[in-house]
Amino acid sequence: MAGAIKVQGLTKSFGDFRAVDDVSFEARAGEITALLGPSGSGKSTVLRMIAGLEQPDAGSIWVGEEEHTSKTPQERRLGFVFQHYALFRHMTVRQNVEFGLKVRKTPRPDARSRVDELLDLVGLGPFGGRYPDQLSGGQRQRVALARALAPRPQVLLLDEPFGALDAHVRQELRRWLDALHRELGVTSLLVTHDQEEALELASAVVVMRRGRVEQTAAPVDIYNRPATPFVAGFVGASNMVRGTVENGGLNFGGPAVTAVEHVAEGADAQAYIRPHDVLLARTAGERSFPVSVERRTNLGWVSKLQLRMTDGQVIHAELPNEELDGIEEGDRVHANLRNAKVFSLDAGDPASARGDNGPGPAVLHTSDENDVLAAQISQS
Amino acid sequence: MSTTQARERPPQPHASPATPRKFPRRVHRERLVARLLVAVALAYVLVLLLGPLAGIVYYALKSGLGVVGQTISQPDVQHALYLSFLIMLITVIVNTVFGVMVALVLARDRFPGKHLASALVDLPLAVSPVIVGLMAVLLFGRGGWFEPFFAARGIQVIFALPSMVLVTIFISIPFVIREVVPVLQELGLEEEQAAWTLGASKAQTFFRVTLPNIRWGLLYGIALSAARAIGEVGAVLIVSGAIEGKTETATLLILRFFDQFQEQQGYIVALTLAAFSIVMLIGIETFKRKRTREAH
Repeated sequence: MAGAIKVQGLTKSFGDFRAVDDVSFEARAGEITALLGPSGSGKSTVLRMIAGLEQPDAGSIWVGEEEHTSKTPQERRLGFVFQHYALFRHMTVRQNVEFGLKVRKTPRPDARSRVDELLDLVGLGPFGGRYPDQLSGGQRQRVALARALAPRPQVLLLDEPFGALDAHVRQELRRWLDALHRELGVTSLLVTHDQEEALELASAVVVMRRGRVEQTAAPVDIYNRPATPFVAGFVGASNMVRGTVENGGLNFGGPAVTAVEHVAEGADAQAYIRPHDVLLARTAGERSFPVSVERRTNLGWVSKLQLRMTDGQVIHAELPNEELDGIEEGDRVHANLRNAKVFSLDAGDPASARGDNGPGPAVLHTSDENDVLAAQISQS
Repeated sequence: MSTTQARERPPQPHASPATPRKFPRRVHRERLVARLLVAVALAYVLVLLLGPLAGIVYYALKSGLGVVGQTISQPDVQHALYLSFLIMLITVIVNTVFGVMVALVLARDRFPGKHLASALVDLPLAVSPVIVGLMAVLLFGRGGWFEPFFAARGIQVIFALPSMVLVTIFISIPFVIREVVPVLQELGLEEEQAAWTLGASKAQTFFRVTLPNIRWGLLYGIALSAARAIGEVGAVLIVSGAIEGKTETATLLILRFFDQFQEQQGYIVALTLAAFSIVMLIGIETFKRKRTREAH
């Protein structure tokens, strides 16, 4: 039943605005793939084109062995879940779920048992006679999901399905959707701007920006091996610091980081560092540089620190209190950066070009015990 | 710690019922103003709406039901009522079908000149019906642009049913459209798109999703245009020629009765028309209430 979704060179403009620009990716059969990006990145438009609700200007869409590019939404037989539920407000929960079966002329007894099955599945068995406006947001979205699943679609498309819900319900529904997907195994494409949601639910993430694909990879690689500065900055909290490459290393007013690959000597570069990858010590280490602690906020078991480098740049660190060694505001200490991702600021440098085959960032290591990872992430 | 807090708290639960409730003067004044406004609104409705209605009922029934029966059974009265309802029926059907189509276009599509089209829809409200009648005469009357076309086919337009229907349709165009457009805009496209992704054809989507969602707006629009159609005088007067027993509608008949000092009969016909409109509005209101209660 489950088929893979394959999208090739998808392009769509609205007037002069190019909403989707040459987007290609594959969502593997039976898995959840997330389309992650800020608002206006074109992710919803991609989803709507796959559903047939928008017509692409160029490119092709395949589901399983079938080409869908010029089919009507009715012919595609996909399940679509809208951010604002889009339930039929004049129909009961039952009638909503039954709708897709009715219009496809499913025999009545079959439709009945299928609706019962789905209402049980989404935990809304006793609510069949209610109208959508008598349900909470989370319940409505579960009805919408049951309605989309009723005709047994090959593929489930979810457009910011938790976007209209409050944080608590969102968490709960996310876990619930995860369990449901494990049970059903229907190929799902999830559009979201919430990186946590994407990393938690999806087995593959497509990061989009300004209508283009920035990176397609497993969640752990999106986080640990960002292909572009945008991905490094968008996924997870990150510090961005700038420096110049000297003697094969990035210098922040101290013998900081070495082994900069792909970035030319003398080039300006930017490095992205996660707050928990900033290590502090009282004494200077082999590749550390001096910083002063400007602010320390104790959150119980971790502290957030604001550090100023000798050249004036600021880094934020987040460290467990037990590793802090009593470092306080006003202290001058030595910082050591773990897993920094360096990108050249020089436009001509291949590392900064966001081409499809451009090399990934040079991953820097300041401690010898870390394996040297030369991340070569290219987009598929 | 907790004991000191408890001691500090004054024993309020005993104190508050002992002191009599006193509203500040400001609250009293606000309540008075609110009641006054309600009274004014009710008086307005009573005097301007129910007053005239009561007058008609009183004068129509003054001489007893016998006169009412006698008047209603007159052939020219029956024909006039029949003609009025026939025109209303055709008008409502045409305006419902085309009104929904126009409303869909105005609410959903983008095209150059949309604002102009939207403004044009209101034109019949701005133009006096008498002028509408004159326009029809200019187009279809002797020497009019369209007269040769219909004359050649032997179709009598002016001084006959076609022109009466035509001007009535023109005059009641805005009602369905004006009621349905905002409902469609509020509804948005998502429910329809959801229906498509579930496999519903465009026709299924319209009849199962769009139409049920706009039904109350549509019903009100239909009621308003029906009321407007049945009450039309000016335009119909000009295009029909008010030929007794032929092109005389109920409203034209009322005019004639008054001209001929038969006020009594005029009131009776007027009451018949008013009763129809009131029954229609009450019917829609109760139907709507019943359905909404079912839905909750």
